[in-house]
Amino acid sequence: MNTWQVIILASIAVFALKLVGYLVPPSVLQRPRPARIANLTTVALLAALIVVQTLGAGSHIVIDARIPAVVVAAGLLALRVPFILVVIAAAATAALIRLLT
Amino acid sequence: MGTVRSPERSAAIRASLAVGLAVSAYGVSFGALAVTAGLDIWQTCALSLFMFSGGSQFAVIGVLASGGASAGLAAIASGTLLGVRNSLYAIRMAPVVGGRRPRTLLAAQWTIDETTAVSIAQPTPEGQRAGFWWTGVIIYVGWNLTTLIGALIGNLLGDVSQYGLDAAAAAAFLGLLWPRLSSLQPIAVAVGAAVVAAVLTPTLPPGIPVLAAAIVAVVVGMTNWFGRKEPVA
Repeated sequence: MNTWQVIILASIAVFALKLVGYLVPPSVLQRPRPARIANLTTVALLAALIVVQTLGAGSHIVIDARIPAVVVAAGLLALRVPFILVVIAAAATAALIRLLT
Repeated sequence: MGTVRSPERSAAIRASLAVGLAVSAYGVSFGALAVTAGLDIWQTCALSLFMFSGGSQFAVIGVLASGGASAGLAAIASGTLLGVRNSLYAIRMAPVVGGRRPRTLLAAQWTIDETTAVSIAQPTPEGQRAGFWWTGVIIYVGWNLTTLIGALIGNLLGDVSQYGLDAAAAAAFLGLLWPRLSSLQPIAVAVGAAVVAAVLTPTLPPGIPVLAAAIVAVVVGMTNWFGRKEPVA
């Protein structure tokens, strides 16, 4: 599968999910379980992606400058610093550590 | 739509501008990270134009970055699963902005975290409609422009690990997750999913550990472990 196929198929799937919400009867919203699972799925995937992006290198776990960078990001998020600054600060932290080590 | 703006409509437009402009800035980080992950500028811009859902877009490039095109199915699945919440937003928005078919298609494409959040925060139906459409148009234009800018920057930078862009991707996911950790249940799911992903990464092909972690959400969501008894907002 090439990158364009991934982009097209995933885009169609994401659009279909948006559209289907306009077509189903609103009573689905009154059932808490589907809503809860959808919200928690978002949380689980984001948490897993953080781990893979912070520790992963292909199929290996690698401890490197990404970890302190994510710790800095978490601290800044706790201080309610805007998203874009958090991302820049994390990149700068990792870059600085790599420069010095 | 009258020419005289009601106070509610003006308030909705102000909220749209604030949220829309702030969120559009993320597009720079997405664009830069996408080319870092191996996409070209066209592919990067196509994701923002056609997928237009930040979490799903970051997921697709995150999985492609770790596994390349051979992780394609896992990339599609991760992006799709992260888009499931948009269905719920759409159900919520259908009475507000649904209706005639061509317009519903546009409303669907713009049904994301931010348009829904701004819309439901408005007190009147008129304000809710204005909040949705204004936020939608501002973010759609802004997100796509800043994606292009980010992709051009990423292309110029070349070898990105020395600039820390790999760490920026992790921080971007953390920024998307952070506002959702508002009670015990999502925190428990986040910790559980993180552990599952870390344990499975050395043994399974790239992309699959992320999908496996979603099982944690399904189990906790079905049983409502760590949950409160409350109506779903």
